[in-house]
Amino acid sequence: MSFALFLALHDMDDMPAGHAMTEMQTHESWWRRAIQWVTDLFSTPTSIFSPQATPAHTIFSLSMLVLAITLAIFLAVAGLMLYAIIRFRHRAGDSNADPTQVYGSNQIEVLWTVIPILILVVLFLSTARVISVTEQARKPANALDVVVIGHQYWWEYSYPALGVVTANELHLPASDPKAPTPTYMTMSSADVDHSFWVPNLAGKMDLIPNKVNVMWIDPHKPGLYLGQCAQYCGTQHAKMLIRVYVDSPADFAKWIAHQKMAAENDPAAAEGRLAFEHTACVNCHTVTGTSAKGRFGPDLTHLASRDTIASGAIRNTPQNLRQWLDDPNSMKPGSLMPKMNLSSHELDAITAYMVSLR
Amino acid sequence: MPPQTAGAMTSDSPPSHPKLWLDAVNEWFTTVDHKRIGMLYIGYALVFLLIAGLEAVVMRIQLAVPNNHFVSPQVFNRMFTMHGTTMVFFVGMPILFGFGNYLIPLMIGARDMAFPRLNAFSFWISAFGGLLLYFSFIGGDGLYGAGTAPDVGWFAYAPLTAKLFSPGHSTDYWILGVFLSGIGSVGTALNIVTTIVCMRCKGMTMARMPLLPWLYLVTSAMVFIAIGPLTAAQMMLGFDRFLGAHFFDVQAGGSAVLWMHFFWIFGHPEVYILVLPAFAFANEIIPVFSRKPIFGYSAMVGATVLIGFISLGVWAHHMFTVGLGPAGNTFFTLATMIISVPTGIKIFNWLATLWGGKIRFATPMIFSIAFLFQFLIAGLTGIMLSAAPFDWQLGNSYFVVAHFHYVLVGAILYMIFAAFYYWFPKMSGRMLSETLGKWHFWLFTIGFHLTFDFMHVPGLMGMPRRIYTYEADRGWAAWNMIESIGMIFQAAAILIFVWNVVRSYRHGEEAGPDPWDAWTLEWSTASPPPHYNFAEEPVVHSRRPLWDLKHPQAPDSDYE
Repeated sequence: MSFALFLALHDMDDMPAGHAMTEMQTHESWWRRAIQWVTDLFSTPTSIFSPQATPAHTIFSLSMLVLAITLAIFLAVAGLMLYAIIRFRHRAGDSNADPTQVYGSNQIEVLWTVIPILILVVLFLSTARVISVTEQARKPANALDVVVIGHQYWWEYSYPALGVVTANELHLPASDPKAPTPTYMTMSSADVDHSFWVPNLAGKMDLIPNKVNVMWIDPHKPGLYLGQCAQYCGTQHAKMLIRVYVDSPADFAKWIAHQKMAAENDPAAAEGRLAFEHTACVNCHTVTGTSAKGRFGPDLTHLASRDTIASGAIRNTPQNLRQWLDDPNSMKPGSLMPKMNLSSHELDAITAYMVSLR
Repeated sequence: MPPQTAGAMTSDSPPSHPKLWLDAVNEWFTTVDHKRIGMLYIGYALVFLLIAGLEAVVMRIQLAVPNNHFVSPQVFNRMFTMHGTTMVFFVGMPILFGFGNYLIPLMIGARDMAFPRLNAFSFWISAFGGLLLYFSFIGGDGLYGAGTAPDVGWFAYAPLTAKLFSPGHSTDYWILGVFLSGIGSVGTALNIVTTIVCMRCKGMTMARMPLLPWLYLVTSAMVFIAIGPLTAAQMMLGFDRFLGAHFFDVQAGGSAVLWMHFFWIFGHPEVYILVLPAFAFANEIIPVFSRKPIFGYSAMVGATVLIGFISLGVWAHHMFTVGLGPAGNTFFTLATMIISVPTGIKIFNWLATLWGGKIRFATPMIFSIAFLFQFLIAGLTGIMLSAAPFDWQLGNSYFVVAHFHYVLVGAILYMIFAAFYYWFPKMSGRMLSETLGKWHFWLFTIGFHLTFDFMHVPGLMGMPRRIYTYEADRGWAAWNMIESIGMIFQAAAILIFVWNVVRSYRHGEEAGPDPWDAWTLEWSTASPPPHYNFAEEPVVHSRRPLWDLKHPQAPDSDYE
């Protein structure tokens, strides 16, 4: 019962603001407040109870059904247990004679075998339906393809049809539920197992080396959606964060156009570029239009356009960049980027170059 | 010269002198007596329980606040790897085998296990496995100088365990430690099956056997089946690491998913291997303190056998997110949901055993009652996780961690405590203090619920497991703080428990042979039982031989 209300209340979030304000608020009963409190509690950035895309929505509805059924079972069985413990306790004045010895009853055994089976049939069929609609959804022709490759400890995103490669901050177009433009993500790993989990958008899907998995999402509203790697992948598993930027279709087109451009070649940062190209940086990183063509670390072509570095763990400011270039392990111990032993002057120059890569 | 007694023949020193402590140690090291081996298993498991508990304390301190720097990421990752491996292989398995070893011959009226030397071998090889695992803290550096204790997680997913990602020898110690404990487990399982099948006393047909040996029979049969794949996987991983094989070497066409299948086809039955003995304790304790026989004996046996079979076919519910495809996900959803039917039958039968009884709330019983509620909740969160799409959200999150701790602590550890309070008088001849027992129970229960109830919530809010720290803006901090506070209560309760054992062993009230007015054969002999268990081989006519003795006018044999 309360879960149905929880559901209903959740849908009210989408209503125009101010609609339910005036009278309702003064007459709010305690249970409405309690449910509101619970809803607020779960309105956190990575809650599975605030779905913003179809897969997360379908799972959310199933989870409400499962929660309602299990709660009902809990109340019934725990209630009986509690009753038995209180009612049949040995009281102070009781005789010490043993109670009637009862050995069992086949009728009762059949009863509590058949009833759970009936409940399970309902649960199983609802679950099987959700598995099917999620995993066997037909891919529309206008779907966007993204390839996601997991690395220790960062994400590589590429858009093969659009010719864009980026890292750690995934941009997707919002999908109108009436004319869906879902994103299909083809996933694998360059090293060990990882798992892509953005709870507001969908359940998780593992990235496994030598295996290709596919998942799809259709975020309904623009915004920033957070998540993180959900399969232990080594020392910095905890700081392998996911940031999904859902843009309006127009903003997304703008973003793609920008990402397709070659790297900025700001003459003011020429010294830094030279230092960058003459150190081992180029073995691991790519900056299009330069000699840097490494694939082991994140693509840096438009690094300055990102909000974060180190897979979402650190804000992208010049100071942080400089400290990161100086000694990545001081900020993210276990990071596979080595300390490059750069001089203070080189650090300034390369930081300036990185900041110029808009 | 006075005639020598049997006891004096084992020692050269005159009986009036106190026994040399070295002789006592020697007796424990060379014993083949099932009771002593049982106690060795239990003692060894309790030591590892304290160690692995300490590792949990480190983790809870680290996670109490976001972006904490109490330990480094490397240390945290070693802590959860060692905590999980230790609790499953060097606490859960040995303590359950310990109780089995001690109780099964006594409950079926036998004088020892079928193979006493195999029994000793199994214990010592398992024990050596545990020592080897912990030696990695010292020896894990190896020639390569990297890593000490293993940091690959207790299910050690490939290819994180490959030489490339896990240099040094820490993973090798993990492989060897688990491998050796597996040999010991199979030895003991073989011993238990043979003992139960061949050594029951006169009159004890299979249908008159107490439920505890029945459940151990099923659990041991599962050990045969489940440990095989684990051992095979460890050998393949060893080949990969030492001989350049490519089973899990993805760069050379090996398969990471293969490891998951091998591991979980062991790993899920393992959960039932651990929980069936806990059910076995409940089957003995709940009737005695309800003053009624177990309700639905044959349904309980049938449900256990069903659980044994079905549990071999549910392993891939640990793999709902690896891309099994809709057919695989649907099949394993169904298989997993089905197992809740026989499990439910058990809960209902315990409930019916309480019904109409005269329940006495001694410490073993209050732990058992808490077990009933907590296992119910664990089962229901299990049903949530069995629905594959729900698991796509909850899998590998703190919700799962909370769920399986509800099983492993809320159900299994609670029943181990219950069993400890129930059979300690038999093992030592002295009662554990009831006052300290109640303190232990209440502190532990408060702590357990603070930690593990609230642990479900951050899982629902997107907190994955095995992260050494977390972002402050996720809304997980308050929940984690509460969990860490709960840990303090649990730690205090464990200290009280240890103190209770130490104190009662010396100063506890004398127990006598049958302190609980119970009905199975172990209570018909002295506490502690003599080396040979029974002066005369018992003869039984029903499932409750001592009930028959105490109620000759209405023996069970008339009603069964």
